[in-house]
Amino acid sequence: MKFGIVVFPGSNCDIDCYHALRDSLNQDVDYIWHDTEGLKEYDCIILPGGFSYGDYLRCGAVAPFSKVMDEIRVHAEKGKLLVGICNGFQILTEMGLLPGALVRNKNLKFICNTVPLKVENIDTPFTNRCDLGQVINIPIAHGEGNYVVEKDELAKMKENRQILFTYQENPNGSVLDIAGICNEGKNVLGMMPHPERACEELLGNREGRLVFESIISFLEGGWKSE
Amino acid sequence: MKAKVYVTLKKSIADPQGNAIGKALNKIGYDNVEDVRIGKLIETELGEVTKETAEKQLKEMCEKLLANTVIEQYSFEVLG
Repeated sequence: MKFGIVVFPGSNCDIDCYHALRDSLNQDVDYIWHDTEGLKEYDCIILPGGFSYGDYLRCGAVAPFSKVMDEIRVHAEKGKLLVGICNGFQILTEMGLLPGALVRNKNLKFICNTVPLKVENIDTPFTNRCDLGQVINIPIAHGEGNYVVEKDELAKMKENRQILFTYQENPNGSVLDIAGICNEGKNVLGMMPHPERACEELLGNREGRLVFESIISFLEGGWKSE
Repeated sequence: MKAKVYVTLKKSIADPQGNAIGKALNKIGYDNVEDVRIGKLIETELGEVTKETAEKQLKEMCEKLLANTVIEQYSFEVLG
């Protein structure tokens, strides 16, 4: 089982993800430089948080044109797991791999806090180790986390149960309190909160492990979609 | 060939920056200001291309990168 973490110029949660996966969860993990050609096979690729390309133009707008991203798209289209956290979520919406977009927080402030999230669907590779309706506390740190999406698309997402995490107290103005979603195929996850920052006791919070443990459980074949 | 590209949030998308600026304008005496929307102006120098090519390229650029058409609308003018 192998994880890959894409590093863009301006990524700053890549090392956190690497640490969480390698040291807290004992996984085999590589950094993938954004300029890479000939991507190796990975079971799960993570687009980490940060400010890729300085967030110039729009958050996550330039990263989709990095050399490695065509192969990342192919990876996702094959049904393999792709996770975007924070800036990574913004990149996935810019690529059209996830619906909607993330715009400026309603209160115009950068919010750095730990917030309670409700798990809305546990029948996915990313949430199968959670209980339905379970509340987990996960850090957020973003200025553009206000999720917007067209009404019709939102209805489709609800029907397909693509909303995986919602905020208990909406911090940023997201429609339906959305904090994390997946694609129709349930193999691409995007979430604004940072589970990688909550993976060990020393950091005061282990609840983020549930997301990674779900992924590991899925990859080990310990969980199958119903 | 020079061109200007304008990118703004769609009307259906809330613009908290615009609202804040609108309120500030009201506060300094412009009571008649009802709505403010913030957008981007992107100035480009396209080199020696025809107007038709410039327009075709600008449309592509907007669709691919300069605007996110999920939330934004765009327009451009070729200045010659």
